[in-house]
Amino acid sequence: MRGEITLPAPIAEFPWRVVIPLTLLVAFGAAVLHSAAGGSMEPYAGSHLIRFGVFLVVALVMSYFPEDWTKLVAIPAYAVTLLLLVAVETVGQLGGGSQRWLELGFMRLQPSEIMKPGIVLIIAAFYSTLPVGMIGSWRALLVPLGLILLPVGLVLLQPDLGTSLAIAFGGIVVMFLAAIPQKWFIGGGIAGIIAAPIAYFFGLQPYQQQRVLTFLDPASDPQGSGYHIIQSKIAIGSGGLSGKGFGDGSQSQLDYLPEPHTDFVFATMAEEWGLIGGLFVLLVFGIVLRWGLLVAREAQTRFARLLAGGMTATIFFYVAVNLMMVMGLAPVVGIPLPFMSHGGSSMMTNMICVGALMMVERWNRRTS
Amino acid sequence: MDRKLTSNSLKETFDRRSFVVGSVQGGIGLLLAARMGYIAVAENEKYEMEAESNRVNLSLIPPRRGWILDRNGSPLASNRADFRVDIIPERLEDRDFTVNVLGDLLEFTEAEKADLHDRLEESAGFAAVPVANGLDFEKFAAISVRIPELPGVIPQRGFSRFYPTGASVGHLIGYVGSPSREEYEEEPQPLLLTPGFKLGKDGIEKQFEQRLRGEPGARRVEVTASGRIVRDLETRDDVQGDAVQLTIDGPLQDYAARRIGLESGSVVVMDCQSGDLLCMASMPSFDPNSFSDGIGRVEFGMLQENDRVPLRNKTLKGLYPPGSTIKPMHSMAFMHEGVSPDEAIICGGGRRIGNRFFNCWSNHGRVDMAKAIYQSCDSYFYHFAQQVGFDKVADYARQFGLGQQFDLPVASQFYGTVPDPAWKLEKYGQEWQPYDTVNASIGQGYYLASPLQLAVMSARIATGQKITPSLAKLDKRAPFQSLDFKPDEIAYIRQAMSDVVNGPGTAGRARLPIENVLMAGKTGTAQVVSLSVSNGKTGPWKYRDHGLFVFFAPFDNPRYAGAVVIEHGGGSGAAYPVARDVMTFLLDPQTALDSLHKLEEQWGGTAQQRLDAQYKSYATAAGVNLPPAPPPMKLAEQVDAEARAAYSAPEVADDRVFSPRDEANPRADETST
Repeated sequence: MRGEITLPAPIAEFPWRVVIPLTLLVAFGAAVLHSAAGGSMEPYAGSHLIRFGVFLVVALVMSYFPEDWTKLVAIPAYAVTLLLLVAVETVGQLGGGSQRWLELGFMRLQPSEIMKPGIVLIIAAFYSTLPVGMIGSWRALLVPLGLILLPVGLVLLQPDLGTSLAIAFGGIVVMFLAAIPQKWFIGGGIAGIIAAPIAYFFGLQPYQQQRVLTFLDPASDPQGSGYHIIQSKIAIGSGGLSGKGFGDGSQSQLDYLPEPHTDFVFATMAEEWGLIGGLFVLLVFGIVLRWGLLVAREAQTRFARLLAGGMTATIFFYVAVNLMMVMGLAPVVGIPLPFMSHGGSSMMTNMICVGALMMVERWNRRTS
Repeated sequence: MDRKLTSNSLKETFDRRSFVVGSVQGGIGLLLAARMGYIAVAENEKYEMEAESNRVNLSLIPPRRGWILDRNGSPLASNRADFRVDIIPERLEDRDFTVNVLGDLLEFTEAEKADLHDRLEESAGFAAVPVANGLDFEKFAAISVRIPELPGVIPQRGFSRFYPTGASVGHLIGYVGSPSREEYEEEPQPLLLTPGFKLGKDGIEKQFEQRLRGEPGARRVEVTASGRIVRDLETRDDVQGDAVQLTIDGPLQDYAARRIGLESGSVVVMDCQSGDLLCMASMPSFDPNSFSDGIGRVEFGMLQENDRVPLRNKTLKGLYPPGSTIKPMHSMAFMHEGVSPDEAIICGGGRRIGNRFFNCWSNHGRVDMAKAIYQSCDSYFYHFAQQVGFDKVADYARQFGLGQQFDLPVASQFYGTVPDPAWKLEKYGQEWQPYDTVNASIGQGYYLASPLQLAVMSARIATGQKITPSLAKLDKRAPFQSLDFKPDEIAYIRQAMSDVVNGPGTAGRARLPIENVLMAGKTGTAQVVSLSVSNGKTGPWKYRDHGLFVFFAPFDNPRYAGAVVIEHGGGSGAAYPVARDVMTFLLDPQTALDSLHKLEEQWGGTAQQRLDAQYKSYATAAGVNLPPAPPPMKLAEQVDAEARAAYSAPEVADDRVFSPRDEANPRADETST
């Protein structure tokens, strides 16, 4: 069909369309992390590349899973992750403080991270088994809502606003794509507008309230929580069109930029690579997300469609919220930038999402 | 079929909604790209500047202060390279902890810790507060290694002001200190907030502040967010302030100050040809070296409690009845008003003026002008002052510099009082009485003059010219106006004043121990209380007479003129030995120093050594329970106000008649010297 037909099947079927841009992005991320570490592969860039390699293999293995397996796995995976969340909460309570991870020896596992693709999987599975005629029923609304609220509640307890929003977003996008009646969303939106102030005053921790306030007016607290946003904007703004040069970003090199290797890695990059670097990153994300949506649209089954659409939305949520945050368009919530920020959990989650998309792409090819 | 249709419709909805999702994603992507373009391109300049101001820290290097030189170019105030420690109060995290740690490292006493606390309190959030200077390297290093736990503490190498002769120049030169809030508000420059910067607080240091200050250097460094310096970007050296050369003769100033010894007094010496002030010593004094980190409570307490007011510059702000020292000047006034020097009166232990008899301090028999001067006969002055009229005499007094201020770089100088009928009428609303003339004719009553005025008077008598004093050394000076006396009139007075010392006069012991140089002078004894309270020579210090002496030398061709005032010295006998030694020092320093060293052995060390010892004993006795010192500006005002109060004329007119006491003994006890 595309000239690659002449190539051997494993090569032709290899998901080049996503692996090449992702590799470029991860390599670029590694370069930025190298600079953030003060010009050293350690401690960030090296492990970043290794993790990508490992999780790419995991994703490629995942892509060979057949559809029935995946459907079967949905409920146990959701249940186990939910149990892990409870376990984390318990360990945290016993340890006398908030804890988000379980120590596995080789890495720290954040169950809340697994829940991001997990919620997409379970809700996609739910709608695929739901009789078509029932799509307008209460059941089509309330069961997924319950499925979403359970983990979101647990993650909020940690407390981790960013991750719980990501879980909710993934789940709700799947519900939207599953074609439940529009009125629910309109009603939900109105309820949200009413609930937002209530949530702000009663649901948020004081430090989170402060972040929202600071987002609205960063200058009100230039040394405190507004500091992050201000310094991030300075880093991006001072980079200009082509940046200050590799390793020459004063904001990141002299520690003005907080978290230059995790949440604010984009600012670190933009300072040294400028608008050109930023557009490159946006372009790669655009390619990956467009690929994800195309995979979803080309999918043959309802389950595959919803799964692919939800996974794409989850990656999108990370990218959008992180970039809006570093550019001062959203409050500071601890959400890393996929494939660029240093951190195993985020790499794992995003590579699971990519793996799921590659899997759906493979299903598409088989059935077509 | 229906079911399939529904399934298809779900697929359609999916397609439609996934298109919506994709559009939203693309829209947000475009929004982000636009936002980034806006920040990075449109606002690039603004953010680049902010990044620079983050990265680059500009710190000023306090300029080295210009030196203050004496007339021969040796320093009265210089700078010493040293290690110092300052605190930037707004960066302090735990004040008590910091003060304690610093206090322990620097071996502060409790009182010094309390002073540091006060200084931090006062300048909270404002300029750098000096902690200590002149540290040795060990202490400096000990503080430097603990910097990480002491945010806001800045150990640095710098320069501090050094006054080689310490207390001898305290009043004249003043001292330096960190700028106060008021001074910063008056002159809001970043330099004033720079740690280690000091400005003049008093005396010459304050008057010539702008000239002495210099241009600050600057250091641009790259710093991390936590303030660690990564590297130097650029350093611009400071430009040292210009030197100020004074007319003061440094060694003479020091000698005179030391020669005053245990007494409280002042010595002014000027060059009668140029008007240059060679010496303006006022003792006891303070050590300006120890004031530059702020005035400690112990030191302030000690200075404040001392009844000899060591904070007051007595050459300018000490006012005393001039007593008999004005007799030569009054004689010149009489001459000009037509009294022949040969005209004589009979002193019968006093003289009848109008219908009252006024006492002289002795019975002088027949007295002409010369004898009236060298024997200091009061009757003569009663008589001729009455004959000439004191309002005329007062005009001459003013011409000779009494009651006048001079164009000098000093913060304030007192006028004193030359009483005359108009003055009395305005002040008290009363007519001038014959007894007022009597009192004033011998420099008592309302008469008040400062040592500087007395020195100027002496120079004007010596030369017959309107010599004006100057303190800053200039190359050219306009010639002085003549006071319109004939050379033989001047010579007559010179001879009579020489006879005070070298002839049959009242100050035989003042004769210079040098061949061929004769000093002329006039003694004066200013009574503080009436005879009924004290005889003026013994008893409580406060009640003893002031001893005064005005002089010039050589008598026939005057080169130097001056005045010595010893407060409560018990009469002029306390003053003229000082004048003699000071003049001797000018002509033969070694002889003068030898006699000073002998005296200092009796006194217990040099002025500086005695001050240090006094400080130690006071500090151990006082402990910490002392009020803190006021800031320099307030202190200056306070000292000024106290001085004014001390010398103000009585509230009501004084109608008592002055009864003169013995002048210092005439030639009789010359042998005892």
